[in-house]
Amino acid sequence: MPEPVSISLTVNGIAREGRCEPRKLLVDFIREDLELTGTHVGCEHGICGACTVIVNGEAARSCLMLAVQAEGAEILTIEGLAKDGKFHPLQEAFRQHHGLQCGFCTPGMLLTALDFLRVNPHPTELEIREGIAAVLCRCTGYQGIVKAVDAAAKELGRTTG
Amino acid sequence: MKPAKFEYHAPGSVDEAIALLGRYEGDAKVLAGGQSLVPLLNFRLSRPAALIDLNRIPSLAYIRADDGVVRFGAMTRQRTIEFSDVVRQRLPLLSEATRLVGHLPIRTRGTIGGSIAHADPSAEYPAILAALDGEVVVKGPKGERTVKARELFQTYLTTSLESDEVLTEVRLPAIDAGAGTAFEEFSRRHGDFAIIGIAAVIAGDGASCSMARLATAGAGPIPVRLRAAEEILERDGLGDAAIAAAAARAAELVDPDSDIHASSAYRKHLTGVLTERAVRRAMAKRGR
Repeated sequence: MPEPVSISLTVNGIAREGRCEPRKLLVDFIREDLELTGTHVGCEHGICGACTVIVNGEAARSCLMLAVQAEGAEILTIEGLAKDGKFHPLQEAFRQHHGLQCGFCTPGMLLTALDFLRVNPHPTELEIREGIAAVLCRCTGYQGIVKAVDAAAKELGRTTG
Repeated sequence: MKPAKFEYHAPGSVDEAIALLGRYEGDAKVLAGGQSLVPLLNFRLSRPAALIDLNRIPSLAYIRADDGVVRFGAMTRQRTIEFSDVVRQRLPLLSEATRLVGHLPIRTRGTIGGSIAHADPSAEYPAILAALDGEVVVKGPKGERTVKARELFQTYLTTSLESDEVLTEVRLPAIDAGAGTAFEEFSRRHGDFAIIGIAAVIAGDGASCSMARLATAGAGPIPVRLRAAEEILERDGLGDAAIAAAAARAAELVDPDSDIHASSAYRKHLTGVLTERAVRRAMAKRGR
């Protein structure tokens, strides 16, 4: 019987600890042990992108990482995206441009878009479509999401120069 | 809780990883980026007694270019390769193909060594290893050996690595500055595995062809080097008739299986079509 492992990591700027079996997936650890249920678990094999979080500054599928692999990592989940009660420009754009309906894919979509805009701050529409192809949405038909990411890119470009 | 129980080890060195693999006598799996292995664990299609995680061995992540060869530590992330200037200059074929590997959040974790050791015949990196005559460095209890692409891939998801060996480095010959390269791929959705992919390298001035390199992804149980099609171009040049003949030869050289995604006949057809497109696009990029 594998021994439980202790895990220390930083989530949304706060030091957190937990103890679980080595086979526990990072997404289940975030939801069940850290009780941060904003990260959604969809397909559990890396296709749908709903569970995407930011690990050490880069987007990654939390269903394709073991919790034990996140030892010492800095993680950003959807709960950490708004600052001081104010939406991140991406969240504001999704609200304005109908970038969500049921909301299931939204946490993964937002964190994927956050990473995408960091590596490509001035994307074309085609590049946005390629970028968000990492996450499946079954409600919107993607048009609202593409508009929202485009609007957020322009807003972030304006505010950060 | 998806995967079946396993013991987890995160060694700090390759030697320690090899010793652990020996201890489990074939019942342990090496965990690299996890983007293919963890889904297999989640579905319980793979139920190893132990996972040997290489992610805590920093010395396995590097890109070094010297003597006309670019060497990649096995744990170099696909994302690092995608944004590497050295790769863009020396191996533009690899830069282009990397953007077709899954999606950005997959490439954050996925590694070059993991992709090649996993040996999915639809994957891009094994096809590039075959096209460029690359080799891998493998380390085991008896020491180190190098394995050429043609000796590495045996069948679907199977390489000639022993169960107590670790793939530590991937070596790809740098592409001559004047040569043109292209990776053409057809998949149902962006980021999916290729139904057929073609890697092409073309060198030579005008309509002459001093060197052609062609290899497939998705056209059989292992990547297929299309040597007889290359020879047509090297002998007859890059005119329309020669390219059409090479594309037709390429389709004859493969014997793909049918599956839920595409029939064998369709895959053969695509092999010809994409070979022609890849050759033409590689030609157009020569000398840049």
